[in-house]
Amino acid sequence: MHKYIAKRILFLIPTIIGVTLIIYLVMNITPGDPGRSILGSGVSQADVDAYNHLIGYDLPFFQKFLNYLKDVFLHLDFGISYVTKQPVFHEIWPRYIMTLKLAFIGMVLSTVIGIPLGMYAAVKQYSPMDTAASIISFLLAAIPTFVLGLVLLFFFALKLKWLPSYGIPDWSGYIMPALAISLPIAAQNFRFTKSSMLDAIRQDYVRTARAKGATEQLVIWKHVLKNALLPVITQVGMSLGLLLCGAVVAEQLFSIQGIGSLIVERITYKDEPVIIAGTILISICFTVVMLVVDVIYAMIDPRIRAKYTKTSKR
Amino acid sequence: MATKKSPSGASYVGGGKWKEIWRRFKKNRGAVIGLIMLAVLAAVLLGAPLFVFYEEAITQNMEFMLEKPSAAHIFGNDGYGRDIFARIIYGGRVSVAIAILATICSCLVGSFLGAIAGYFGGVVDSVIMRSLDIFMSVPDILFTMAVVYALGANFVNLIVALTLAYFTNYVRLVRSEVLTLSEQDYVEASRAGGAGGLRIILSHIIPNAIGVIIVNTTLNIAKIIIYESTLSFLGLGMPAPQPEWGQMLSEAREFMRKAPHLMFFPALSIVITACSVNLIGDGLRDALDPHLKS
Repeated sequence: MHKYIAKRILFLIPTIIGVTLIIYLVMNITPGDPGRSILGSGVSQADVDAYNHLIGYDLPFFQKFLNYLKDVFLHLDFGISYVTKQPVFHEIWPRYIMTLKLAFIGMVLSTVIGIPLGMYAAVKQYSPMDTAASIISFLLAAIPTFVLGLVLLFFFALKLKWLPSYGIPDWSGYIMPALAISLPIAAQNFRFTKSSMLDAIRQDYVRTARAKGATEQLVIWKHVLKNALLPVITQVGMSLGLLLCGAVVAEQLFSIQGIGSLIVERITYKDEPVIIAGTILISICFTVVMLVVDVIYAMIDPRIRAKYTKTSKR
Repeated sequence: MATKKSPSGASYVGGGKWKEIWRRFKKNRGAVIGLIMLAVLAAVLLGAPLFVFYEEAITQNMEFMLEKPSAAHIFGNDGYGRDIFARIIYGGRVSVAIAILATICSCLVGSFLGAIAGYFGGVVDSVIMRSLDIFMSVPDILFTMAVVYALGANFVNLIVALTLAYFTNYVRLVRSEVLTLSEQDYVEASRAGGAGGLRIILSHIIPNAIGVIIVNTTLNIAKIIIYESTLSFLGLGMPAPQPEWGQMLSEAREFMRKAPHLMFFPALSIVITACSVNLIGDGLRDALDPHLKS
């Protein structure tokens, strides 16, 4: 067991390096160099070249990449923003916290809404509640976050004037963005929980338990839930990726000072250090959460434990 | 259609697998509604040049600015006086085309990699799957944004970016499909009969995996339509003056107070398109695998 967890944590290192490499590689396709971007167009080419040489931009790609890795993970130095000319990290950190806050609020909301509803709908299949929730979740699967956000904005900020339409003045500012990002995920959690529960309900061990005369409550809570909720844990972890994407959109829509709105804003200015840093930081958060989910899963599912003690295939 | 009794007593309809699937699909009311909606949509989008011109979608006409829907402009006019109906039609053509092409590309790339990983196993499998884990650690919208930014936004690059974000689904799907299928007895039998790898893939693996792939492809088209509109909402879609649904909504947001109808039609278009594709996908899933149906 400890071996599995240690292995999983060790795999975090190549994953994070790989993620950084992919993003760094993609960003290197674009034309332009840091010297020209930081010094501006009024400076001679010789000065630009000198600057590029000073920061090591003229080194071969892998050399550059290794230096970047070293700067980022040993000194938290993501370079200098082309726009503000300030170190990227100081600018990006508070915004990163904001985005994470939004995504985690969304995670809690979507779990709290989606999973109990899914459980209920599976136990009381074809009840009016199940039908209603199924239809709503079907519709939510076809509504992009930004459309949902616009609709909320239109009704709750513009027509009813209950909630602020701009930024986060106090806690009420979180309501609309959190709803906009979490409702589609709640719908997804709902569908997933429901089908996982329905799957479990049809298993032989459930029939056996019923045949032995166990009460319906005991069957559902002890036999069905225990088995059905395991895959749901992974689903909730995976949904963080979508929630982070949703947060990027919601920040833009509700003018929240997060990493998403920062990246979108800086894309127009071609501020690469900020775009790379933002993408890497968000991916790291996602990777770490997936690790936590995998470890939790392995701890509570005896089947995984058994698999990893015997063979390491798959 | 001749109905025969099979030895086990269950009745089946002659005419092969696809006819049977179509029969089950037809029974699903939602799926048929979805199919009709999509057919109407496809007819309107494909036949667009017959009744509206692209010029109407991009010509600015300030005297009609923010006009409400009328007989001449059935969906009204936007902040620059452009005809919203024409913009929706031409925006839809481009968004749907991108979504379909990106889905096909990601299906081809992903299925190929997944089949290789599943069929060869061992080191090849490990390398592909581990790199995939890394690929999937970047939340997809951020990855697409980075790719679009790096390559520049145009028709081909948007397809490339969306393909890169979506092929991962297919790798996992096809790999697990190949792994389960190659353990089946009929594959074993055919191998014992002397069939080679290629023959097994072509005559056993692909025909049996195709159903799952088709269902996923359908559902993916809806996802990519939503995605593509999100990209264009964030300003990373097709370059101006090409209209797009997401970009229309991002413009409409500024006129939310004065002219809410600007938001209504593009939002409705996205939702209706995604809904009809999802209805068909769900219907196909139930038709292809009746056991899954609750």
